[in-house]
Amino acid sequence: MSSIYETLRDRIRRDEPVGLVTVIEGPNIGAKLLIIPGGPPTGSLGDSELDRIVGRDALAELEAATTGVRHYGPQGQTTPEDLIDTDTVSVFVESFSPPPQMWIFGAVDFTAALAKVAKVLGYRVTVCDAREVFATRRRFPMADEVLVSWPGPVFGARGSELGPRDAVCVLTHDSKFDVPAVMGAIATRVGYIGVMGSRKTHDKRMQRLAEAGLTEPHQIERLMSPVGLDIGARTPEETAISICAEIIARRTGRITPSLRDGSGAIHS
Amino acid sequence: MREILDDIERWRLNGRRVVVARVVNIEGSGPRDPGASMAVNEDGEVAGSVSGGCVEGAVVGEALGILHGDQQPKLVTFGYSDDEAYAVGLTCGGTIHLFIEPLTW
Repeated sequence: MSSIYETLRDRIRRDEPVGLVTVIEGPNIGAKLLIIPGGPPTGSLGDSELDRIVGRDALAELEAATTGVRHYGPQGQTTPEDLIDTDTVSVFVESFSPPPQMWIFGAVDFTAALAKVAKVLGYRVTVCDAREVFATRRRFPMADEVLVSWPGPVFGARGSELGPRDAVCVLTHDSKFDVPAVMGAIATRVGYIGVMGSRKTHDKRMQRLAEAGLTEPHQIERLMSPVGLDIGARTPEETAISICAEIIARRTGRITPSLRDGSGAIHS
Repeated sequence: MREILDDIERWRLNGRRVVVARVVNIEGSGPRDPGASMAVNEDGEVAGSVSGGCVEGAVVGEALGILHGDQQPKLVTFGYSDDEAYAVGLTCGGTIHLFIEPLTW
């Protein structure tokens, strides 16, 4: 029988979702409940009704990937009237979600730099290119996975894994690869889609994408193309920073100068 | 926790007792979000961090105090208004609440 810590450790290492609830104030300080999706919680906070209610709330926190302190009555009461004249129990609900994913299409110099920066930010990085000689582990040792494939089959098999925290970056500049990659990404719930290229490449690509059926304004709006913040990046490494900074800014909703929303030469 | 697991495992394999400190709440400006964690072993070795370096020294003191004392978990607050915390230098002006406990679960 594994301890709570051992189960937590193993699930974190296998990138499986898990929640840890700890009493931080009130009776049974330090008591724990371990939350595993699809099964009953293990451990106890000291009261079965409290366990049931906190377990339910912690599962919701885990699904939302949020972490924070919650307050209850000794038997899990949550309404203010029930909490008058009673001790409260404060619990720390910590959610461990699998890392977000970044799928990078195109095995070019920019790919290695972007994969490196994405790893620093905690992404699970997949590099994909149809050309066997370029898509090798040796060229992308920092990636978690290197796939030799066209984009279509990858999205077909695994597109449903992608969600709002994830990113797809298309770096090939080659429309016969770019177009299926973008169309594949648009069909998912992925939060960020960045597509690299000069403004001329971008214009041509938008024509090809329209021919492929990308005409809905709210779908076109999802594309960050040309990719990256307008910080004057030149090298692959600087460009990787500009892409990752754009991903952060899109998530936080801060106003930053994206290349997409400007005009004129990208490198001046 | 993710980034301190390797160190914790190494210490456990060597039979060292371990204390884990986690940020559970911050008020105002705080350098690390809830969930940031740090581990201290009985030799005073440290893994991870819970602030920008402001309170780590004090956390080591608290952790060793727990290991050599009553072994009880505790909620500790460092903040601008707290004299002791101000002494350890949380210069960002925020308040940080840490839960510090022996790894015996």
